[in-house]
Amino acid sequence: MDQSRTLEIWVGVFIALGLAALVVLAMQVSNLASYTREESVYHLTARFDNIGGLKVRSPVSVGGVRVGRVDGIDFDMNTFEAVVSLAIASRYNKFPADTSAQIFTAGLLGEQYVALEPGGDTEVLKDGGEIHLTQSALVLEQIIGQFLYNKADGSK
Amino acid sequence: MIERLQQLGRSGLLFFERLGRGVLFLLQVLAGAWELVPRLALLIRQIYAIGVLSLLIILISGLFVGMVLGLQGYNTLVDFGAEESLGVMVALSLVRELGPVVSALLFAGRAGSALTAEIGIMKATEQLSSMEMMAVDPVRRVIVPRFFAGLLSMPLLAAIFSAVGVYGGYFVAVGLLGVDDGSFWSQMQAKVDIYDDIRNGIIKSFVFGFVVTWIALFEGYDALPTSEGVSRATTRTVVHSAFAVLGLDFVLTALMFGDI
Repeated sequence: MDQSRTLEIWVGVFIALGLAALVVLAMQVSNLASYTREESVYHLTARFDNIGGLKVRSPVSVGGVRVGRVDGIDFDMNTFEAVVSLAIASRYNKFPADTSAQIFTAGLLGEQYVALEPGGDTEVLKDGGEIHLTQSALVLEQIIGQFLYNKADGSK
Repeated sequence: MIERLQQLGRSGLLFFERLGRGVLFLLQVLAGAWELVPRLALLIRQIYAIGVLSLLIILISGLFVGMVLGLQGYNTLVDFGAEESLGVMVALSLVRELGPVVSALLFAGRAGSALTAEIGIMKATEQLSSMEMMAVDPVRRVIVPRFFAGLLSMPLLAAIFSAVGVYGGYFVAVGLLGVDDGSFWSQMQAKVDIYDDIRNGIIKSFVFGFVVTWIALFEGYDALPTSEGVSRATTRTVVHSAFAVLGLDFVLTALMFGDI
């Protein structure tokens, strides 16, 4: 009887350790703690000529603070523009109507994100609203190409 | 020429016969699963033998694998000034690959071989047939608790391996190499996804636990009832488990992470 008791205690310790490891993996190692899926969001769209390497789930930030994420990327066959849908947390719901959106890269080789720059309009963007002022992603090849082109032009 | 062909045919038939027996054995075990409910004490005893006794080797290997990943990754990443990404590298390689795979290999060596030898010797000393004489089904009494104990222990062991490994990497990166504490964790949390990475790693470890325990129990149950037969069965358990784990790992990785 006593022997089976210690055995059961050890099995209990083992299972508790295993579950604790799962919790550590979920909370400490992964992004579960910062998951914004539960939070209520509203949607904005923005049209870009070129979105570079932007992906679904890329962050959306204002002044470096993360306020939402990209939740859809589509291509409009009428205007030949990329349509990016942004899910913004509901507590950030007072962006002026002339807010502009830009696609930046975090660091030299980092992931790309959408940065919003609030304007000065008194009207605010509502759910389903569209951001009209946008600036495309910088594509490194284009910049290098332009630079070489200018260089060749100047040396003439 | 004809003899060669005959030999090939015979080994092929033997292989498929064995495979068929293995599948029938598995079905028999799964059909006996409900018998486990009134016999939870048997399951707990087997979780002790399979899980708790494998804990030490899993803890130590996890710690050292994590520390080595930290050291090796640092050498490469520091060239690009990206040593803050060390946490991401350690966590992703552990959670996605090394945690499930290495702990399954250790599990096969530590627990699988013990299972095969135990059941093989039970068979060789006719304990299994004497159970049948007493109208006790040896599959339900001996095999089923061991199978489910293995199936439950393996994911827990893999999770412990990964978690300990991450802390081993943290110790080396932050404690010894001077990587910044905050960015180690925050980059890791930003890049490791609960569904894509952690859930898939757990699915992997379930599959490996299933396959390794199945192989170990079948080899023991199917062993020739001699000392040589048991020894061969034990060797086969370790070798076949390693093949199965590494092969399945490729398939699972391709399904989960590759865009094939």
